[in-house]
Amino acid sequence: MIDAESVVKSFGPRTILRGVDLRVETGETLAIIGGSGCGKSTFLKCVIGLHRPDSGTILVDGVDVTRLKTEADIADYRRRFGYLFQEGALFDSMTVWENITFGLRYLTDIPSGKYRRIASECLALVGLKDIEDFKPAELSGGMKKRVALARAIAAQPSYILYDEPTTGLDPIMSDVISDLILDLQQQLKITAIVVTHDMKSAYKVASRMAMFHEGTVRQVAHPDIIRISTDPYVRQFVDGLSQGPIKMKLKEFEAEGSSLAHGKN
Amino acid sequence: MIGDILGTFGRRVLSASEETGQFALLLRSTLGWMVGARIEWRQTMIQVVRIGIESSPVTSMTAFFTGMVLALQTGASSKHFFNEPLFVGTVVSFALVMELAPVMTAIVVAGRAGAAIAAELGTMKVTEQIDALYTLGTDPVRYLVIPRFIAFMIVLPLLTVISDFTGIAGGYLVAHAKYGIPATVFWHDIVNNMEVRHFIHGFLKTFVFAAIVSMVSCFKGVTTRGGAEGVGKATTSAVVISMVLVLVLDYFATAVLNAFGIT
Repeated sequence: MIDAESVVKSFGPRTILRGVDLRVETGETLAIIGGSGCGKSTFLKCVIGLHRPDSGTILVDGVDVTRLKTEADIADYRRRFGYLFQEGALFDSMTVWENITFGLRYLTDIPSGKYRRIASECLALVGLKDIEDFKPAELSGGMKKRVALARAIAAQPSYILYDEPTTGLDPIMSDVISDLILDLQQQLKITAIVVTHDMKSAYKVASRMAMFHEGTVRQVAHPDIIRISTDPYVRQFVDGLSQGPIKMKLKEFEAEGSSLAHGKN
Repeated sequence: MIGDILGTFGRRVLSASEETGQFALLLRSTLGWMVGARIEWRQTMIQVVRIGIESSPVTSMTAFFTGMVLALQTGASSKHFFNEPLFVGTVVSFALVMELAPVMTAIVVAGRAGAAIAAELGTMKVTEQIDALYTLGTDPVRYLVIPRFIAFMIVLPLLTVISDFTGIAGGYLVAHAKYGIPATVFWHDIVNNMEVRHFIHGFLKTFVFAAIVSMVSCFKGVTTRGGAEGVGKATTSAVVISMVLVLVLDYFATAVLNAFGIT
């Protein structure tokens, strides 16, 4: 179980997370939705220990990541996680199978002689085969995402954190990735957090959904409740409307537009 | 107006101080990992081969022509003052072995391999590959920085020794072809006047240069921000800072070595 309480994180003068309280139960898939820059990915990186919160606690199976001091403790903590990066973050200089098995050397005691077979098994789980010796540059966007997903599950983590898994993919490939997330959840019983803008994918994969806005959690509920939410922020986001309370970015754009118009006049 | 200027100045000072602090932390972390942890020898050897093979033709050619021009200038000056080309071998060898070969080799390697390292690590940073290393249980300092640091420590002294020889060979070529100096006289000049401590003087400096070029290149790479433009800036910055620091530290290294009598 992941239990975050009052998590605050700033970068210089900019406060990204303003007291996030969120709980993810074991075995569930929580989708975090919200506009760009609202702190979704930052929260994910706080959970895995890539960012250290300024205050608050994040307990994972009782271990508070914010209190881990030594590199060894943090490395041990990260063993529980698989992480799918937005662009895949595959290592360019390595082949597909080297990418997939990279973490095994550091996270497990599996002998290196078994790596190749494990890579093929992980590729099969994400619906790919016979690409073990390809380099990432030779793969399409969807294949890269799937290889990155194979890498995330190779060390058999208890948790997977997905950072915008369907961004940049065509609708069909987005649906394929959503199906994979569902399959993995059902087959491997993994607890997952999915950060996404893609409402179709969020409704499909989520057991519960959390709406972030300006670094706080606006609403946490079952997808069916989110669909009919009366919260104006949630309503505007799930309906994809330009008019509504979420308008900071739009106002900036309008101000810029009007100043350009003044310049023209 | 004055407030703006002071504000800008203050921000620059703060930013430079922050960057210096981050550099010191990276250096501490690098040395800490080297003492306490398993070294990635495979990665280190890959870097040794890459840096050595990429750089050796350029460093050798640079040294060869530096030796040639040194011999040309020394011979011409000597003929002007003494009416014959005296001590060409001595001047060429001393200048190369104690100063020019270590400094020129470090600068060329900074431009060649240092830039490549900053660009590679910078690209890894902006595409989240460095974050991926963390999530896969690997510390990027251990996996990326230390192999490059050690590789530089091995390769730069070797390249400098090669540059010593190719530079002197270039010098001999000109001394013989232009001024008719026989091989025995040229080499006799060198052997008679040069001692092991002169060689050690130049050789020890290469370790200082290797440390600074590798650390600056890695630091600029792993602290890259802002996409492709950021990678370009980091690469340029790595090369410029490395080159300037090599020249600055050359003075201080020479002063220290002289103080210890290695001169």
